[in-house]
Amino acid sequence: MAQLPRNIYEQQSANRRNTILVMALFILFFGFLGFGFDYFILGFWEEYPGGLHGTDFPFATAGALLFGTISAAWSLESGAKTVLSSAGAEPVVPGDPRYQQLSNVVDEMTIASGLPRPQLYIIPDPDPNAFATGKDPQHASVAVTQGLVDKLDRDELQGVIAHEMSHVRNYDIRTMTVVAALIGAVMLLSEYGLRMMRFGGGRKRSSSSRGGGVGSAIFLVVWLVAMLLAPLIARILAMAVSRQREYLADASGAELTRNPGALAAALKKIDDAVDPTRSIKKGTAHLCIADPLGGEANDREGFLADFFATHPPIARRITLLKAMAYQHV
Amino acid sequence: MTFFVGFIVLVMVVLLWVVVQYNRLVTLRNQTENGWKQIDVQLKRRHDLIPNLVNTVKGYMEFEQETLEKVIRARNAAVAATGVADAAEKEGALTGALSRLFALAENYPNLKSNENVRQLQEELSSTENKISFARQFYNDIATRFNIAQQVFPGNIIASLFGFQRSELFEVHDAGEREVPDVNLSLKK
Repeated sequence: MAQLPRNIYEQQSANRRNTILVMALFILFFGFLGFGFDYFILGFWEEYPGGLHGTDFPFATAGALLFGTISAAWSLESGAKTVLSSAGAEPVVPGDPRYQQLSNVVDEMTIASGLPRPQLYIIPDPDPNAFATGKDPQHASVAVTQGLVDKLDRDELQGVIAHEMSHVRNYDIRTMTVVAALIGAVMLLSEYGLRMMRFGGGRKRSSSSRGGGVGSAIFLVVWLVAMLLAPLIARILAMAVSRQREYLADASGAELTRNPGALAAALKKIDDAVDPTRSIKKGTAHLCIADPLGGEANDREGFLADFFATHPPIARRITLLKAMAYQHV
Repeated sequence: MTFFVGFIVLVMVVLLWVVVQYNRLVTLRNQTENGWKQIDVQLKRRHDLIPNLVNTVKGYMEFEQETLEKVIRARNAAVAATGVADAAEKEGALTGALSRLFALAENYPNLKSNENVRQLQEELSSTENKISFARQFYNDIATRFNIAQQVFPGNIIASLFGFQRSELFEVHDAGEREVPDVNLSLKK
């Protein structure tokens, strides 16, 4: 399934388009869930014998659309802040001697890429991992775990930072951050919706009150399944948008350092640290340089593994990087 | 009448295209100039760091007075350099003197364990990296600027408005181009 990386200009415009597409899909999905709620639970447009009728304004649809739009706008504006705080990331104070080398490496990659300097964060977690987030290169943040600083040497650190700077330059961070924030919203809504339905359904014996036949029943099933599977669908979407970007970020990161071997060595060390990165929650896994589940998640290959992984297998990434460095595998 | 309108539209489209091309070239020229200035910023930083480093290591490296003096002399020559070619040569000599100093420092365990020296050394090697990354960035952006001036039809606009190609940064000192000796014995 691995295609060759596209060039960064194509990637930038694709990311701008994808962000809008993801947000539109999300708002539509919310509207759909809301409409089902109107239809089955609030009894929208429903006629009862004796002139009684349900609500004649689709409150839930309107509410869900409004909520969806606000969440989408919010995810773009402050998704990065949410992602950083959910990982427990803390800003690095300039001049902190512990992170002198890391800060220098970030400065170096800032110069090499010609981008504004990103905010630098440390995640107090012993497992090596890193991610970048933000709305655009002017408002970007790079977060690395304490384990990454401890385990990697200077060149390897540089390789990882270059990889993250490429995500910043390609606008991957925008798409990925919006996806991360929206996954959170979908999970929340799905849980809330199911709870509401148990409560509402009991009161109105939902399906029987609706005279509606087969069409209505099919809609009910689709709606329920959509609600139940929403978190899973959202995560599969995140995985799909994430995998391809990793190859491109590896390649353009190597273009910044002109040292693909160092990134390959860094990936090897990250892969060898089998512990999961506990600080990083499932909903933000697709942002990281390597799957925070650690160990086996990074070694799987094959179609099914491809389908369910947020990241391409590390072995394959290392092979590609070593080929760039003319090293024999 | 339709012919006239069509003609006006055509002229407008051509003018718009010229404006877009011209602005692109101006943007690239400014980015190239800025890229060049970034190299100077990093070189200046290196000049400022060196006296500090020499003062800190002096006590530990009494027997290497000559090397230290060479570094200081190379630094002062680089500060005083005038013109691009001259500066490139003097900065190259300074890079050589510094790497010799760092190589010698490996022989002084006390020196390596000194926190101040370690920090200064990190700052200096980072500055070395920044200089080469600033050069790399300059060469990348200058190449884009030059390509934009040479490809058709950008070359028409470029020659019309007198854009000049930027010179790429090259390694002038033949010694720098040589492959360094590789020590194949294991370190530890």
